[in-house]
Amino acid sequence: MDMIRQAWRCSIVLALIVSVLTAPSIAQTVRIASKKFTSNVIMGEIAHLWLEQYDLTATHQAQLGTTRYLWDALLEGDIDIYPDYTGTLLEETLVQMNLEWSDLDSVLTTFGFGMSVPLGFNDPYVLGMKEARARELDIHTISDLARFPELRFGFSNEFMEREDGWPMLRITYNLPQTQVRGMDHDLSYRGIESGSIDVMDLYAMDAEVIIYDMRPLEDDSAYFPAYEAIYLYRLDLHERFPTVPGFLDSLGGTLTGDIMRTLNTRVVQDRVSESQAASEFLGGEFVLESQIVLREETMWSRLWQHTTEHLILVVISLVAAILLSIPLGIIAAKRPRAGALILGIVGVIYTIPSLALLVFMIPLLGIGGPPAVVALFLYSLLPIVRNTHAGLVSISPPLYESAEALGLPAMPRLFKIELPLASQSIMAGIQTSAVINIGTATLGALIGAGGYGQPILTGIRVADTGLILQGAVPAALLALLAQGVFTLAERVIIPNRHR
Amino acid sequence: MVELCGVSKHYGQAVALHTTSLTVPRGKTSVVIGPSGCGKSTLLRITVGLVTPTHGTVLFDGDLLTPANMQSIRLRIGYVTQHGGLFPHMTARANVTLMARHLRWDDDRIQARLEVLASLVHLPAACLERYPLRLSGGECQRVSIMRALFLDPGMLLMDEPLGALDPMIRYGLQEELRSICRELGKTVMLVTHDMAEAAFFGDSITLMRAGTVVQTGTIQDLVHRPASEFVQSFMRAQRGLHEWT
Ligand SMILES: Nc1ncnc2c1ncn2[C@@H]1O[C@H](COP(=O)(O)OP(=O)(O)OP(=O)(O)O)[C@@H](O)[C@H]1O
Ligand SMILES: [Mg+2]
Repeated sequence: MDMIRQAWRCSIVLALIVSVLTAPSIAQTVRIASKKFTSNVIMGEIAHLWLEQYDLTATHQAQLGTTRYLWDALLEGDIDIYPDYTGTLLEETLVQMNLEWSDLDSVLTTFGFGMSVPLGFNDPYVLGMKEARARELDIHTISDLARFPELRFGFSNEFMEREDGWPMLRITYNLPQTQVRGMDHDLSYRGIESGSIDVMDLYAMDAEVIIYDMRPLEDDSAYFPAYEAIYLYRLDLHERFPTVPGFLDSLGGTLTGDIMRTLNTRVVQDRVSESQAASEFLGGEFVLESQIVLREETMWSRLWQHTTEHLILVVISLVAAILLSIPLGIIAAKRPRAGALILGIVGVIYTIPSLALLVFMIPLLGIGGPPAVVALFLYSLLPIVRNTHAGLVSISPPLYESAEALGLPAMPRLFKIELPLASQSIMAGIQTSAVINIGTATLGALIGAGGYGQPILTGIRVADTGLILQGAVPAALLALLAQGVFTLAERVIIPNRHR
Repeated sequence: MVELCGVSKHYGQAVALHTTSLTVPRGKTSVVIGPSGCGKSTLLRITVGLVTPTHGTVLFDGDLLTPANMQSIRLRIGYVTQHGGLFPHMTARANVTLMARHLRWDDDRIQARLEVLASLVHLPAACLERYPLRLSGGECQRVSIMRALFLDPGMLLMDEPLGALDPMIRYGLQEELRSICRELGKTVMLVTHDMAEAAFFGDSITLMRAGTVVQTGTIQDLVHRPASEFVQSFMRAQRGLHEWT
């Protein structure tokens, strides 16, 4: 009984720690975010640098996620501004409401959102294929595709799902193709290049249109709506930062299609940073009061930053998992019926795909570090709980008996005999958890938690293998290091029984 | 000193021990003997409260054994398990002094007690610093006995303490163990499956079979006045009968 009460106390303290860590930080800054594709990141960066020109404190969480994700984050107040497209709002986010162009402004107001003056370019979704292949088959328009049922389509997952995406397009153009796959947008370009798919969806502004020599197909039935680029922001900015909406509007009309495509190409082909591209645009288009000073980031400073972010995610989630899992494992070993339940629950949590687990956390905890820490924490429970349980139940009965017959009460018996005898198994569980945790934490970047996942994500987006390695290699080294540290710790903590 | 009053132990349908009553007199050595699986260990476990009897009660010095007084009564009983039961993560010294340290004896008292017991069981001082894996079987048993005796309990329960040893060492240890029991004047309950050992130690011998006590008496009683056919054949099966009658 005593032990169970202590375990309870432990978990309450833990719950407190987690809730303090995950409490939303009070924002004193304008928080901008952008979607997971290059032109949107550049737009986010333009707003970021533009507001900083006016001595406002602004942050930009680049490539934070999909449209739905940013919309929810804006709704929750996790962010203040993100770049979006009128077409996306009408045809996807608010499609249930069946809105007209003219209704958009007033409907957004009901959500507490405002929309800036359009920036200037129109970035519709189109279908595209390799120039050479299109020439070979003599395809110019989307309706031409109907003649080639054997063509393989690779569409972004978002396009596959959304109302105005593939399902309606197929009906409108009566397309017969059956080999249609959903894939990550950035990977589609790889697929096109390697010839594993023939047709993909793309944004008209993508730099890859030039780089990969793509032919955008004419939308001859005028299926795709206009996608005017705008900034979507929370109306409470009018109270919190009254000047910001005006500054956003002042960018209106300046970012034409040609300029946007050039900026995209600068990033994807010339490998300049989005900040660099954004500052080139602002410097060329406006008479700036002061020179834009880009925070020059060396590879080492970035590595340092990602390492710190990654370690924070891993250490907090792992320590919390250890503090909860060991008591849970002890209860599981002492109370077989509760044990079956505990092992069942942590087992089920473990089977949730890590990406899904991360995304489940967002409605509860918003974006960034806290939801990632909680997801990693949940993910780290099983190996430690199971190994603690296994270590305790495998202690040989004569040892249990001796300890009890000596007259040692339950608690000292647990701490002096049972836990030390199970320590090897428990340490192995912690080690497994740590390695899994370090690997899984790279996914944290998908929900804005940073870490080694950040360069991997950017690397996939701009097709830069070097950048991918800048995240993957340190993550692997960190996992190896953790393994080494635990092996060493095991030697120190667990006495050598053969002396 | 200990009285088992109509105790029995059932595991589901299986009966490990049928209703049994037994008195262990103070200052004497009582031996329990019988074929493997007949319930000897179960009887001992019930006596220290490791196993709660399905029926019946245990009286220790006239007090009813209950969960409430179990802990304090165990401090007055030394128990050597059938398989040694030394903790592999502690040195022999830590094993032996575990309870005394838990009860916050001071270091001098622990050291003094340790020296007395080491010389009593003839354990070389160097052995105390080793982990059990590095001790021989005989040394392990000596350490187990030291651990059981450390708090100077009135009663000593030993479940086949010499079971796993080779005959030469076993013979030597038997002598030592008997003189320890006699010198210290402890009440001893000892389990064995070897009649020669039983005769050597026991003031009284309890012969068991399939969960029941068949006969309790001296070795003379068992040899000359067997209570049943089984006692007779059990005695005959044990070699060297003539030596101890
Ligand atoms: N926890 C348990 N659950 C089920 N049956 C048990 C349990 N413990 C003992 N038994 C059974 O009870 C019977 C008596 O066991 P016990 O250990 O007392 O025998 P023993 O006389 O000490 O045997 P040995 O000389 O081999 O040590 C055996 O048949 C055993 O299988
Ligand atoms: Mg036994």
